Amino acid sequence: MKIKTVRQLEEMGQLYAGALKKQSQKVLICAGTGCVAGGSIEIYQKIKQIVDKSGLLASVELAEEKEGIGVKRSGCHGFCEMGPLVRIEPQGYLYINVKPQDCEEVVQTTLIEGKPVERLMYSWEGKVYPTQEEILFYKKQTRLVLENCGHMDAESIQEYIAKSGYKALAGALQTMEPDEICKIVSDSNLRGRGGGGFPTGRKWSQVLAQKSKIKYVVCNGDEGDPGAFMDRSIMEGDPHRMIEGMIIAGYATGASEGYVYVRAEYPLAVERLNTAVEQAREYGLLGRDILGSGFDFDVFINQGAGAFVCGEGSALTASIEGKRGMPRVRPPRTTEAGLWGRPTVLNNVETFANVSLIIQNGSEWYKSMGPEKSPGTKAFAITGNVNNTGLIEVPMGTTLREVIFEIGGGIRDGNGFKAVQIGGPSGACLTEEHLDLPLDFDSLKKVGAMIGSGGLVVMDEETCMVEVARFFMNFTQNESCGKCVPCREGTRRMQEILERIVEGKGMVKDLDLLYDIADTVSSASLCGLGKTAGNPVVSTLKYFKDEYLAHVVDKRCPAGSCQALKIITIDQDLCKGCSKCARACPVDAVKGKVRQPYRINQDQCIKCGACIEACPFSAIKEV
Amino acid sequence: MKKGTMIIDGYKIAYEGEKNILEVVRKAGIELPTFCYHSELSIYGACRMCIVEDQWGGTIASCSTPPKDGMVIYTNTPKIQKHRCMILELLLSNHHRDCTVCEKNGKCKLQDLAVRFGIKGIRFSAMPDNQELDDSSASIVRNPNKCIMCGDCIRMCEEVQGVGVLGLAYRGSKIKVTSAFNRQLAQVQCVNCGQCTAVCPTGALHVKNETKKVWDVLSNKNKRVVAQIAPALRIALGEEFGLEPGEIVTGKIVAAMRKLGFDEIYDTGIAADLTVMEETKEFTEKFKEGGTFPLFTSCCPAWVRYAEHKYPELLCNISSCRSPQQMFGAVIKEHYRNTREIDGRDTVMVSIMPCTAKKFEASRPELEVHGERDVDIVITTQELAFMIKEAGIVFNELEAESMDMPFGLASGAGLIFGVTGGVAEAVLRRCYKQKTAKTLKEIIFTGVRGMEGIKEAEIDLEGRSMRVAVVHGLNNAQKIVKLIKSGEKQYDFVEVMACPGGCIGGAGQPIPASAGTKKLRAKGIYEVDRTSQIKRSEENPMIMALYNGILQNKRHLLHVSRECHACKKE
Amino acid sequence: MLTNCQIEKANEIIEKHQRKKSALIAVLQEVQKEYRYLPEPLLMHISSEMEISPAKIFSVATFYENFSLEPKGKYVIKICDGTACHVRKSIPILNALRKELNLSEEKHSTDDLLFTVETVSCLGACGLAPVITVNDKVYAKMTPKTALELLQALQKEAGK
Repeated sequence: MKIKTVRQLEEMGQLYAGALKKQSQKVLICAGTGCVAGGSIEIYQKIKQIVDKSGLLASVELAEEKEGIGVKRSGCHGFCEMGPLVRIEPQGYLYINVKPQDCEEVVQTTLIEGKPVERLMYSWEGKVYPTQEEILFYKKQTRLVLENCGHMDAESIQEYIAKSGYKALAGALQTMEPDEICKIVSDSNLRGRGGGGFPTGRKWSQVLAQKSKIKYVVCNGDEGDPGAFMDRSIMEGDPHRMIEGMIIAGYATGASEGYVYVRAEYPLAVERLNTAVEQAREYGLLGRDILGSGFDFDVFINQGAGAFVCGEGSALTASIEGKRGMPRVRPPRTTEAGLWGRPTVLNNVETFANVSLIIQNGSEWYKSMGPEKSPGTKAFAITGNVNNTGLIEVPMGTTLREVIFEIGGGIRDGNGFKAVQIGGPSGACLTEEHLDLPLDFDSLKKVGAMIGSGGLVVMDEETCMVEVARFFMNFTQNESCGKCVPCREGTRRMQEILERIVEGKGMVKDLDLLYDIADTVSSASLCGLGKTAGNPVVSTLKYFKDEYLAHVVDKRCPAGSCQALKIITIDQDLCKGCSKCARACPVDAVKGKVRQPYRINQDQCIKCGACIEACPFSAIKEV
Repeated sequence: MKKGTMIIDGYKIAYEGEKNILEVVRKAGIELPTFCYHSELSIYGACRMCIVEDQWGGTIASCSTPPKDGMVIYTNTPKIQKHRCMILELLLSNHHRDCTVCEKNGKCKLQDLAVRFGIKGIRFSAMPDNQELDDSSASIVRNPNKCIMCGDCIRMCEEVQGVGVLGLAYRGSKIKVTSAFNRQLAQVQCVNCGQCTAVCPTGALHVKNETKKVWDVLSNKNKRVVAQIAPALRIALGEEFGLEPGEIVTGKIVAAMRKLGFDEIYDTGIAADLTVMEETKEFTEKFKEGGTFPLFTSCCPAWVRYAEHKYPELLCNISSCRSPQQMFGAVIKEHYRNTREIDGRDTVMVSIMPCTAKKFEASRPELEVHGERDVDIVITTQELAFMIKEAGIVFNELEAESMDMPFGLASGAGLIFGVTGGVAEAVLRRCYKQKTAKTLKEIIFTGVRGMEGIKEAEIDLEGRSMRVAVVHGLNNAQKIVKLIKSGEKQYDFVEVMACPGGCIGGAGQPIPASAGTKKLRAKGIYEVDRTSQIKRSEENPMIMALYNGILQNKRHLLHVSRECHACKKE
Repeated sequence: MLTNCQIEKANEIIEKHQRKKSALIAVLQEVQKEYRYLPEPLLMHISSEMEISPAKIFSVATFYENFSLEPKGKYVIKICDGTACHVRKSIPILNALRKELNLSEEKHSTDDLLFTVETVSCLGACGLAPVITVNDKVYAKMTPKTALELLQALQKEAGK
């Protein structure tokens, strides 16, 4: 069924909105990667089956006249920690950790009898929170880009259209010239959500100004930062919003083909995107003469093959071209010569997902949120040693404290906060003193960090910061493309030194050497990956110098996490001299005489812990 | 063309058409260090040695940044110095540093820059250098433990030569330069042109050194060591001894080789004259009687190998002539056949070539006559220079000597074989009916001379137009074959030389050889021609003597049969 | 050597992508899906069919983490070592599996080609850390113990 005019789109919107209204109750089962892993698809099928059996099922797609219950696979609700999640509308109940055996009860008690199932509700410090909106995790959020994620069927273009989807596109095609769109986007101060924060409108204007007849729109869905899954959630939960943004970008810049490059690690996102593209083609929202405007645009999905560096613009386009994903020197910029050497708009998923909001509501509205120079909202993935892990969206400028302690619910297991790693391998570790820092591009840059794609990994006092630096350096040197010398050799050497330090073989002069290498790597590397590779090292060296010194001078790991630096000792008072430990030791490091307290020769000890397990008197401890 | 003025280290420097800051800085007389920048290759930007500082303290890679009017840069700030030293230290830490016994000792860019930047110590632990050495190829040795991943060889092999047997594999610190599936060079479609060794800044790729074999035969009293010297040697060998490129040192080479102990020293140019005779005959017969065109030249062994790999269906179009090196070998071996009984000596044919593919060519079994190789040992210009230096001969002070007879006399036509367009020009000289000085000049202006990658000429041959194309660099050969196959272009005669510039730019020549060096060498070759009394191959009296002597009824010695795919199928 | 069937399958995949050189990565992905790795003779065949040099195909195939030139096990177990999983202790899971299956950093697959154990950089399921996947199915909040139990279940499923 092709939609040929804007009018037809409006009519269809009304039709489906009507059908949506007829669904007196909606059950939204989270079908994001997290909840799917927890078994949510089975829950979806079961609930659907039970509802259908009782003759209450109503579907939007069929635009049925009868009233009934809608059962939907939605995108990520965000509260991944508590998955699988089931949300019931209009009550707003959020059921957590739902299991297949709970389905009957949910249908019977809530859908049919209209009562809540209290045992499936979230509780915190003794208080039960029946609705999603009351939970602190959601209360502090402003969900705009993620508005639909978790609130509609992720595989239904009809629902998207019912929720004013593609209206921004229709408006743009009908009433705006390309340069007007570029201007609105410029005026909105929308900045790229992929890391660098480059003004999106300026990028689009640059591409529009290029004379080439062939231009491309490329969507960067290669969200490789460990600890980040915002883009995945959008692709899985609201793919049409992103596609709509791409089509508008195409119209605004004179491009007629778009490519989405998705990480291979996101099979569900690829599947949902493919479905969405098929649907959009079927409805005539992709293809020739979109909505009768004479504008042609189509979108193709490319799957990555496992290379973090492909998140870098020129590496990404090289990969789409079927080559090694190695960044190339610039100039020329991607806007001048990107994909196949043509002018290319390259933005990430979240950036494109913002576009329809700006077109519909105007740049002034957009600028009213957050700081003037980085307005709007930002999605973050909050993970690590925090109580509420998951996907959140807050206005730019929200402080780290609000995010970690209010939305995130503080540190797990009552431990103390130590640091938050922001921006993935290119980012930095921030500490207590930065907790009141507003999260926006410029404030973070001032302290040597960056938003990156928006991963926030919270670390508690049991996390060793030297080990964290080593972890990131290991990641970067594995993922370095190997082209330029500073990044290839520098990250390898930094990793080697950090490895040495966590093994207790580091020296004080190693710290200076780390600084020196990081300086050259960040100044002289070819691409962004290398230029930021030193950040985790430099930031931890800066904010956790004492911890480094403890490792190299005292050969001690204050967090108690570095295995090689642990000291195993025998409590001389508790030891009965049974010799079990000495017999268990694989390297004969335990010395002593039977019935007298044993001792461990620290030079020989390999910290394997065999003696601890062997001791019947709990006399052996690791410190 | 973009014009403007930059301020480099406080001095105003005008630029005009330079593509990047690096070129402007070099024009200003400052030698910025690089590993991966070669003007004839695409810009890679990986070594980061050419970084400069801008006025805001940022670092930019000069090789990949175009100049801008009013741009202010500094090339030698403390910051830049520090980064360059760190980069060198990082590279060296991961490099097999057995410099004193390295083939490239004294010619290594990494060594050079380490000296220049005063690297005195390396703060990192050495990496195990345990990657296998690949000496499977007849011409090239690859030592991956010395590779610095500048990618020069890869781009040379692919962009200039269109061969593409080398590539990057793996990534990050595991990255390496290798051929498909880590196969050895002899197992892939390498054409042995050796251009990779000429651009390699370190000892990771070098020409196989066979001087030991030559020393062995020179000291063996039972061997008659006969040498042939290719045309391109005489204008390049001097560079190894500090002389200018293009300076003609034929007489000094002969003198040095006599001192080294060679028994007889001849000129490959005479075999080039033979090639002209045979190839022209083949061509004119075809031209008159009809046949498949064009006729491709066969002097360049890298080109022949390339065609065998890529265009097996075209092998019939390649001249059946052996290359001059092989013709010479065949003639000498025939000349001395059955002389062992007389003086008890075996004849060893040593050829001194600007070329690495000649090593491979000489070893091809299909070129053997009576189970014997035409040419026994091939050494390059550089290897001969090694030998002269090793023997302590003060080259520059040698008195010129002349070559031996009867094979020491070549015409100018035979000697210009050493430069791109030379074979075509020599053949044209033979084809022209009128043998006047005027026609010689006419030929020069047909367009066969010069350094453009693809040259075309059209000559009136007895009322019929003969269309000639001259290409050098195998990528250009690929281009022209495509044009011919698609029918877009028709030629009668095509000269192909694998190396840019022809043999003067061969990988066996002194390195580095910039475009400027090659131009001077070409000038030298043409000077050799200009000053030679015999200009045409057929006028070389020794040629006539050969046809009336050894080669009577034995012209087949000068040819080889190439079985092409198209014929095989039939 | 290649069987006719393999050649046909490869040609089919190449045709599906209209012989476009830019589709190399997609072609390799589909070939790998078919055979669980990229056999060298098949890559040589693709090289001549797609007119891409063997060196280039090799360079692309070795660049991307997902391609394997070695045969992989029937069950490919990937342990996520993204930041979130790492701080929630994913490495002990990796070590436990490696120890159980006699694998190491160098040796990723068991000799009977039943299991391949490797790490993967962030699956984006950070909320469920630490996670592992078996042939793309995600298992959440794993511990060394649950991982070994899963392994046993898989072995049972395979009839071993």
